[in-house]
This record gives sequence, structure tokens and C-alpha cells, in this order.
Amino acid sequence: MKTTLDEQELEQIFQQRIDNEQKIEPKDWMPEAYRKNLLRQISQHAHSEVIGMQPERNFLTRAPSLRRKAVLLSKIQDEGGHGLYLYSAAETLGTPRSELIEALQSGAAKYASIFNYPTQTWGDVGAIGWLVDGAAIVNQVSLQRTSYGPYARGMIRICKEESFHQRQGYEIMIALAQGSEAQKQMAQDSLNRFYWPSLMMFGPHDSESAHSARSMKWKIKRETNDDLRQKFIDQTVPQIMFLGLEHPDKEIRWNEQRQHYDHGEIDWDEFNAVINGNGHCNRQRMEHHLRAHEEGTWVRDAMTAYKEKQRKREVQVA
Amino acid sequence: MTQERLELFEVFIRSKRGLDHKHVGSLHAQDHEQALEYARDCYTRRSEGVSIWVVKSSDICASQEEDSESFFDPADDKPYRLAGYYKLPDPVDNM
Repeated sequence: MKTTLDEQELEQIFQQRIDNEQKIEPKDWMPEAYRKNLLRQISQHAHSEVIGMQPERNFLTRAPSLRRKAVLLSKIQDEGGHGLYLYSAAETLGTPRSELIEALQSGAAKYASIFNYPTQTWGDVGAIGWLVDGAAIVNQVSLQRTSYGPYARGMIRICKEESFHQRQGYEIMIALAQGSEAQKQMAQDSLNRFYWPSLMMFGPHDSESAHSARSMKWKIKRETNDDLRQKFIDQTVPQIMFLGLEHPDKEIRWNEQRQHYDHGEIDWDEFNAVINGNGHCNRQRMEHHLRAHEEGTWVRDAMTAYKEKQRKREVQVA
Repeated sequence: MTQERLELFEVFIRSKRGLDHKHVGSLHAQDHEQALEYARDCYTRRSEGVSIWVVKSSDICASQEEDSESFFDPADDKPYRLAGYYKLPDPVDNM
């Protein structure tokens, strides 16, 4: 049959391009599954940026100084911008943004489960910048080489802007760790609560990951979940040591042979519970997102009405 | 005489897969299709590109350089948006 042969040929050209380290661009032919896989990953990434504003927003009015407040506000503003870059990249695949957001609000699309954890203290804001953004950066640096052009370019822009996020978080941790006994305790408590969920951000083990193998073949992902997680674990050990805090993983040990740190196992039951909607803040996050969207309706309506008025005036003049 | 009725188009070229389209110049043409062909003839004679965009110049809305002070200025007093603003001790400065 001629048509299936054509499809096969197209797929060959497509895979050849990927094997040769060439980017796939929006108007290129691509297998339907590649498009779907990308759309799932990019939109999930976009949703995470947007929902990720909520836990930090919790401390905007309670930041300990004007400087810290301005920094936090800037960081949150960046996250909103990053959501926009990613939604735009996703839209190049032919699905309108409104559909993507509908999928988030109906629960059909996911976002990073880390954002379902509450921010209880100022130390949590430090831990989020240091660990959560730190983990995200490890992942995003790798994705700068993803095979889809608009996604790769978005990642490059995001990594460049995001370099301050982790540093401001760690700066908060230094201030607390070198402060009073109570402040040091606060830093330790935040580290304890955010360390493991940060490791979960890299997703399930490679052996359990539903999308991993094909994503690697298509170079949507460039490194596996476990490899990226190991990178993050290795870079975090000296950072914890410098703060003079206790490592939350009691099994952490340098392995001379592997040239990596051995580590304890993640509580995957917790991971699955949070992903399936039973984290501390899942409902709250979605309710807030919906409320913000609904409360913004009058702004969108006013913009449309204004444009309509302008148009009518132009018609009258003409 | 007919030249005056032609529209102005801006031309953007992607020099290589994976890179953004970059503005290279403009040209006159009757419509988009013709603009695309002219752009190919004018701007890619030495394999400068793998993809071309043409956009009607009248469709471009641009900020004015004279307004740049009031338009961009607030960014200058926010140095904390840059990584270098945060001085970290040497042993952990690699993040």
C-alpha cells in the first residue's frame, strides 16, 4: 500500500534528522505519537511554572525585608513568564492554549507534584529556591538539547533567566544557617521537608517510567530520570555540608568506584499519593487557579469591549 | 509606477535548524507568496537559510527608541534579577 510506505519513509527521514542531532521544527512532518508526547511534556512543564507561583506567593506579604520581598516578587514574575514561553512552545504543535489550560483545570493534565507541598516557614522559601529550582535547573539544562526546536529555545531562555532563582534561595539558607539556634532549626526543618520531594521531581525510576524509552529515542529527553537525579544528589551534598546542616538521607555515602553518592530509597507511596491528588495542597492549588481565572473574567471582557468600541469608532470615521 | 503599489515585507531567515528566525532585511512584493520567492532570490543565494518568514511591514508594531527611557527604565533598578548579584562563598559558588 502506497500510503503506509510514504508514512514509513517520512518516519525514516524524521528519525534520521533526530539521529543527526538536527532539531525538529513546527512545520516538519512528525509522528503523531511524538507530537502527543511533546505536547504532554511541554504543557505539564508550563502548568508547573504557573502553579509553582502559588507556594511562593504565600510569603510575599511576610518576607522578612523589603529586599527579600522584591527578590521574591521578581522570581514569581519570572515563573509566570516561563509559563508563557512554554505555553507558546506547546501551541506551535497545533493545540490552542485554552485547551491546555482546560486540561489542567479538569485534572486531565498534571503539574509537578512538588507544588502540592505547603510553604509553612520562611525557610521553605529558601529551600524551594535552592532545591526545587536547583532540581528544575538540572532537568532544564539537559532539555536545552531536546529535539524539538521551540522547546529547546524556550529552555535556553529559561535557564538564562533562572540562574538567580537558586542563588537567592541558597542565600536565604546561608542567612538562616548562620543565624540564631532557632533560625538554624528552621533551615534544617525546611531542608528535611523539601529534600525528598525535590528528588521526586525527576520522576519514577527509569525501569518504571512509562514514557522514558521512547522519549530517549526521539531525544525529547536527553538523560534519564535516574541519571539526572544522581547529578542533583551529587551536587547537593557539598551544599548541605557548607550550611552545616544534617543530611536528610542517612544512607548518603560516597562510592569511590561509581564516583557518585549512594543514597537511600525515595518513598514512592508518598510520590504516588501526591500525584494522584492526595498531597497536602492539591485541591487548594486547583481551587485557587480556577478562582484567579474566574476573577479575571471582567478584565478579559473589558479588553474585548474596548476593542469592539475602538473598531466601531473606526468604522464611523471611515 | 507600479512599484508604488507594491507592499513592503520584512524578511526573517532561519540559518540552521534549531536557531530562531532572524531579521535580514525587507523587499517589495505583490503578496506573501511573491515575497517569499523574492526573499529566496535576494537573501539566500549562498545557502544562508533553511526557512524564510515574510511579514507585511505594516503588520509590525514597534516600540520607539526615543521612548526607551520610560519604556525600559524600571529594569535598571532591579539588579537582583541577575545571578551575579548574589555573592556566594567559593565552595558553593558553582550554582
